[in-house]
Amino acid sequence: MLLLERRPVDSSLMRWTSPLLALVLTVTTGFVLFLSMGKDPMDGLKFFFITPISDLMGLAELGLKMAPLLLCAAGLTVCYRAKLWNIGAEGHFLMGALGASIMAVWLVDADGFWVLPVVLLAGTLAGMLWAAVASGLKTHLHCNEILTTIMLNYIALNLLLYVVHGPLKDPYGFGFPQSVMFADSALLPALIPGTRLHLGLAFGLLAAVLVWVLFARSFIGFQLNVVGQDHRAAAFAGFGARRLTWFAFLVGGATAGLAGASEVTGPIGQLVPQVSPGYGYTAIIVVFLGRMHALGIVVASALLALTFIGGEMLQIAMNMPKAVTGLFQGLLLFYLLICDAFIHYRIRLKWPSRQTTIAAKTVTGDA
Amino acid sequence: MELLTNVLAATVVAGTPLLLVALGELICERSGVLNLGQEGMMLMGAVAGFVAALTSGSLVVGVAAAILAGIGMSLLFAFMAVSLAANQYAAGLALTIFGTGLSAFLGAGFVGQSIDGFTRVAIPFLSDIPVLGRVLFDQDPLVYLSLMAFAGVAIFLRQTRGGLLLRAVGEDPEAANANGLNVLVLRYLAVAFGGGMAGLAGAYLSLAYTPLWTENMTAGRGWIALALVVFATWRPERVVLGAYLFGAASILHLVLQGLGWKSSTELLAMLPYVVTILMLVLLSWNPGRTRLNTPLSLGQPYRPGR
Repeated sequence: MLLLERRPVDSSLMRWTSPLLALVLTVTTGFVLFLSMGKDPMDGLKFFFITPISDLMGLAELGLKMAPLLLCAAGLTVCYRAKLWNIGAEGHFLMGALGASIMAVWLVDADGFWVLPVVLLAGTLAGMLWAAVASGLKTHLHCNEILTTIMLNYIALNLLLYVVHGPLKDPYGFGFPQSVMFADSALLPALIPGTRLHLGLAFGLLAAVLVWVLFARSFIGFQLNVVGQDHRAAAFAGFGARRLTWFAFLVGGATAGLAGASEVTGPIGQLVPQVSPGYGYTAIIVVFLGRMHALGIVVASALLALTFIGGEMLQIAMNMPKAVTGLFQGLLLFYLLICDAFIHYRIRLKWPSRQTTIAAKTVTGDA
Repeated sequence: MELLTNVLAATVVAGTPLLLVALGELICERSGVLNLGQEGMMLMGAVAGFVAALTSGSLVVGVAAAILAGIGMSLLFAFMAVSLAANQYAAGLALTIFGTGLSAFLGAGFVGQSIDGFTRVAIPFLSDIPVLGRVLFDQDPLVYLSLMAFAGVAIFLRQTRGGLLLRAVGEDPEAANANGLNVLVLRYLAVAFGGGMAGLAGAYLSLAYTPLWTENMTAGRGWIALALVVFATWRPERVVLGAYLFGAASILHLVLQGLGWKSSTELLAMLPYVVTILMLVLLSWNPGRTRLNTPLSLGQPYRPGR
């Protein structure tokens, strides 16, 4: 009989192999899925994982999708380390895009090196503002942050739709819901000339480095860890939970807001209704998959960026629905959590003798 | 009067999916399990119900498929959160993300198709009552089903032995276990009931409310239902009131447009979400009330024989 038994000590080996195991399980499931749809599974996996990044253009696209994921994930890591379940990166992201767009449209005739920083700052502040709402609701009114951040995501989306259909709509845009194109001075410079890859990826990598510094070298990072692992111990040590909550949320809002600002000033160049294909939600998977560790989220964000362009590739090459991206992401997170259970537990193969059966029954209450 | 009746009737229709999913989550939470995967289960119910109804030509088959899809999804959650004692927050979130992805994938070929959804069936005599007759007794069959589900849940929790056992497990699993209850089995059943109800709620959206399938058509209703259960302090009657209150908030823009108000659809579409936050704020006025009513073991995994 298979028994699930608590390990005396959590397995650190399992902690790091669990994401790999989850990936293997996801790919295996994908293999079966392709077979069941009557497609060649090897072709499918090749088009999903390899073809999209087989040239420089593809790698640049990967970096392009990686940037928002990594930025959002860096902020969420700070929150999740302190066990603050901020699901609001999507909302912060949209508000960042909105804030930056309003500033960029306002400065559309301006020229100068200062325009871009001002536009990015507007986006960052808008993201922070949105996170501050959730933070205030949590620290002062004790509202559950999962529910408030989800609701704020929907409100942010509707706010963005309102602005893009209303005040910011380009009057000469043939009725399309979109803003005017931003001035060149408000656009992010390309990292690799000739590709769409822009400075946003550098912001993302910088954010990951800062997350590493925060948790490896700073007192506030230590406090966040303690609050997350043992709330009471943190209270005894006199760490202000309220202050830390504000810190984590504002960091989360700032990074996701900057991600949104980088998206409209980078590849898009104007405000459109579909700014995000769900980066803020996917970033949650990045954080879990990356083990809430700076290096981990860099690798995980690259993998999940690949699911976006891999999904597009499958749509073009094999006529699969684009939703395969979401399916892949969902499967990955799902398998990850199952594998994660074996950090704390192990499976024992046991053939219980009669006596232990009785004992086990009394304990589990089957009798 | 005519307008008021129509508005109230539309309120009930808009509140029904919330009522269904919230009743299921209520039972689930009363057993001590917090399932944040409502949105994912609803979406799976919506897509399964729509596809089954479209291919079989029968709405009843669609509803059955939706319920089964919801139960199937909830069992995945139960395996993670109950059997493997995983973090319930993370497991529920994973279920929502997985359900969103899977439903979009399965439904991709069915976007843009439509079916003849459920239509109103007036109950003889009762529907002749002024106002109330039209509002409650001249609706589609799923509305009646939701009202019966409400009565069933209320009676089950208060009047039956099963309800008592369920509450015992939710309040103190150790003591329930010591008294010979199988905590894990009861929790599995409660989670599965929640899944079935969420699937049914999804089917209401894709077979009655707007008889078609679009990605993410639940639009956060699963999350609103979670807030609703807390706001209702885990009591069925208050869940009904709350669900209809939200129904009213979500159709307000139609009413205002009917009255000739010119206002942005997008701004008014925010209303249900804003109301949810306001509701959570209202709760904070009296945190003791929420704390006293919360099932004690809510959110904590239970491992027998620790």
